[in-house]
Amino acid sequence: MARAVSRNTRIGWTIAAWFVALLIFFPILYAIITSFKTEQEAIAGFDLIPSFTLDSYREVQSQYNYFRPFMNSVVIAVGSTVLALIVAIPAAWAMAFSPTKRTKDILMWMLSTKMMPAVAVLVPIYLIFLRTGMLDTRTGLVIVLMLMNLPIVVWMLYTYFREIPGEILEAARMDGATLGQEIVHVLAPMAVPGIASTLLLNIILAWNEAFWTIQLTTTNAAPLSAFIASFSSPQGLFWAKLSAASTLAIAPILIMGWFSQKQLVRGLTFGAVK
Amino acid sequence: MGSITLKNVRKAFGEVEVIPGVDLEINDGEFVVFVGPSGCGKSTLLRLIAGLEDVTGGQIQIDGKDVTDAGPAKRGLAMVFQSYALYPHMSVRKNIAFPLKMAKMSEAEQEKRVSHAAKILNLDSYLDRKPGQLSGGQRQRVAIGRAIVREPSAFLFDEPLSNLDAALRVNMRVEISELHNNLKTTMIYVTHDQVEAMTMADKIVVLRAGNVEQVGSPMELYAKPRNRFVGGFIGSPNMNFLEGAAAAAHGAHAIGVRPEHWQLSTTEGAFPGKVGVAEHLGSDTFLHIQLNDGTPIIARAEGEFPVHHGDNIWLTPQDGRVYKFDKQGLAL
Repeated sequence: MARAVSRNTRIGWTIAAWFVALLIFFPILYAIITSFKTEQEAIAGFDLIPSFTLDSYREVQSQYNYFRPFMNSVVIAVGSTVLALIVAIPAAWAMAFSPTKRTKDILMWMLSTKMMPAVAVLVPIYLIFLRTGMLDTRTGLVIVLMLMNLPIVVWMLYTYFREIPGEILEAARMDGATLGQEIVHVLAPMAVPGIASTLLLNIILAWNEAFWTIQLTTTNAAPLSAFIASFSSPQGLFWAKLSAASTLAIAPILIMGWFSQKQLVRGLTFGAVK
Repeated sequence: MGSITLKNVRKAFGEVEVIPGVDLEINDGEFVVFVGPSGCGKSTLLRLIAGLEDVTGGQIQIDGKDVTDAGPAKRGLAMVFQSYALYPHMSVRKNIAFPLKMAKMSEAEQEKRVSHAAKILNLDSYLDRKPGQLSGGQRQRVAIGRAIVREPSAFLFDEPLSNLDAALRVNMRVEISELHNNLKTTMIYVTHDQVEAMTMADKIVVLRAGNVEQVGSPMELYAKPRNRFVGGFIGSPNMNFLEGAAAAAHGAHAIGVRPEHWQLSTTEGAFPGKVGVAEHLGSDTFLHIQLNDGTPIIARAEGEFPVHHGDNIWLTPQDGRVYKFDKQGLAL
């Protein structure tokens, strides 16, 4: 609803919004600033003006190869997301279009697994990984992250699919489409916005995941989250280097998020406004 | 070819029996209308024929072949939905061609059939638009186009006109009837609007609570309703019913007189009453009358009948136009 807002109120709100946004963004901003400082500057105390040295980046790159964990992150985030979608699309389809009495219960049960602290299943999963030789492998991480995010992916897709009128799918069936053709030609194209935002959100979740990635990897499959963690090392904290590593780790996802923000906002507020 | 036979078809949703057992014979090329009040099972019956719902019992045959367990695609029927159910991401052209693409028809043949259908339905200039850019009537035409390109053995219409405004509804009604005359394909049409049923059907199937109350041509149903329900449902405005002494005089539990079958007089007649609302349309006059014993009656007079609110009026049923019903509501 349109409401008359005076100019002053609007300016006031704009300033307040910028202030809150800056407050939330500040830790990231300060990490970026710190990454351009020397180590001495970094521990010297609060200072917003760095000396713009790239030493930390050079050192991070020479001591620890950035591209290896970067590629691991890409493979793990994209791999687990694609795998999750392959599993979740048929599941959400079934729940949205031929629900049973227990569908709601299954959805709640799936979501309830997300309420359990991950550490509670660390030992069994670690042992399974150990026995099956999946420790420190990309395959292992793809599988475990896929399973961790699956409930959210199914929920999101279920919500999107519910918005698609069942009559359109029945029309496709009358038109001679098989179940597969119905999903490929009718359901998926209509659900593209929903599938896209689910995909983006899941990539972000998988990229930022720092519990399983750190617990189940050492060097081979370690993604960027583990890469950052390795800088809080026994040698002590090197703030500038840690900041440079963090900046490098978050930069790709930040850039991706920036370019897809419209899609993300639509995805996250989907169904809130009819 | 498209003859359809239902043999004791039953449908239950869980414990609730929606269709207790229907036997029906639909001949090739017939325009059959399923009509009844909402919730009478007419749409369910159509969906059973389409294969979108599984039957609980009984058999469905198309052209003598048992299709009870065949999927919707295997039955060779086409359906037009109430919501049109167009594919919103496809152009009109692709919408119409979709069933042909599913049937793996060659591109050239697809193009030929689509342009033929578009010509019949006046959709030539809209072929590259998306459904969202069309009006309700155009969308309905696209839905019909998608149905006719397949050359199905029968068309199924599920209340296709109920989302259109009144004027457009009349136009589309004529267009669909015209289409039936041209294609001569079996059509099954579901509606709750008895005017649509009367004007379009070769054969009307009146349903109530999942039961077939009567099957017949519109004029058969009008002239010889099997029971009080059919008498009351077919015809507009509805049949008037009188019980008690008036009915006993005809040797029945209840009598029915259609609004157009009253002789009206301002001086004398069988039943005296008072005029309530009088609707003067020029071509007809509809009078809402309250008889002196309190029974509400609707009467139709041809042309102008000059009475007004509060006037006294006398009604007499026309000779041979009284429908008699027994205590169970069956016609005598």
